[in-house]
Amino acid sequence: MPPEYRPGKVGPAVGFEGLLKGEGEVIGTIICGDNYFNENKQEVMGMILNSIREASPDVFVAGPAFNAGRYGVACAEISKKVAEELKIPVITGMYLENPGLDICKGIAYVISTSDSAGGMRKALPLMASLTEKLVKGIELGAPEIDGYIARGMRKTLFMEKRGSQRAVEMLINRLQGKPFETEMPMPVFDVVSPAAAIKDLRNATIALCTTGGIVPKGNPDRIQSASAQKWGKYDVGGKKALEGFYTTHGGYDPIYANEIPDRVAPWDILKEFEAEGYIGKAFNWFYTTTGTGTSVGKSVEFGVQIGAELKAAGVDCVLLTST
Amino acid sequence: MATITTISESVGANRIVPTVAIPYPIGNPNLNKEDEHTLRKSLVKKALDALTTEVTEPTHFE
Repeated sequence: MPPEYRPGKVGPAVGFEGLLKGEGEVIGTIICGDNYFNENKQEVMGMILNSIREASPDVFVAGPAFNAGRYGVACAEISKKVAEELKIPVITGMYLENPGLDICKGIAYVISTSDSAGGMRKALPLMASLTEKLVKGIELGAPEIDGYIARGMRKTLFMEKRGSQRAVEMLINRLQGKPFETEMPMPVFDVVSPAAAIKDLRNATIALCTTGGIVPKGNPDRIQSASAQKWGKYDVGGKKALEGFYTTHGGYDPIYANEIPDRVAPWDILKEFEAEGYIGKAFNWFYTTTGTGTSVGKSVEFGVQIGAELKAAGVDCVLLTST
Repeated sequence: MATITTISESVGANRIVPTVAIPYPIGNPNLNKEDEHTLRKSLVKKALDALTTEVTEPTHFE
């Protein structure tokens, strides 16, 4: 079923408006089959986006999708697009394992729902109360307070007790076997299947990457000194060492790296091995970013992008150094 | 190539070469020029040789 915009409220939107308690009005409902969406994504996204642009709402609500995968992905894709292009707050609802969640949780407020539409009665009031707050411009509380799924962001807050006190109290609770709540939950890490070994180094092209923040002096691409949002690549093929480089990394004493950047990214040694014929080629481009405070999500993104470039360029393996 | 190798393991690196120190993983300013070069060359060689070694799980190359 192709997308259709109907002014006013249809289906769950009827109940939704009631839950807004007169603080908001559902001005239109977009209906679209989830299969149709996924099979004609570009076209449908454009149509939906135009309808929303014309209606110009203050908040966009999608779903809830519960654990419906294709519906979840449709909600996620359109939520992300609306938030990015129209710069309005976006709310949706999903079960934790919905494949749409990872697509949009960083940019949309996603209410955590049950896995089936049986949870509609619980999900809608939560979505409505978030909508009401966002319409009024009230700043939302932490995910556990306002009932949305953590977006992977950190916020600076003033607390009554300073960090050292809170940490010691947490530690004492832990030692006494009492419950405690971490302020820095660790992400779950992936297991990566190892790449096959290189048969012959003498014919291999090897690239050098670092998370040590080594960049050309002046940091022309303005790579962040912490919580990096981007990576850079520099043609060093003509250089015997990383002269003219320094570190922009804000997480370690830079004296030694600024003196000799190759202490962090050993380009000089790689070139020596190339000259000696121990390896086939040191790949001309050097890839770099800052590792400190950089989220696992961003790092995965960087890794996928850099990996794809290196693979396309025929690089056989990579030395990655970190500080 | 990293000094805090527990982090390397936790992010799924499979060939890990432990290095010298956080601010100078592949170097040591306390050594004279010649000794530092020898050290640096041996560390990078270890990493290159690790690439030619089959592994089935995160493995340290000391």
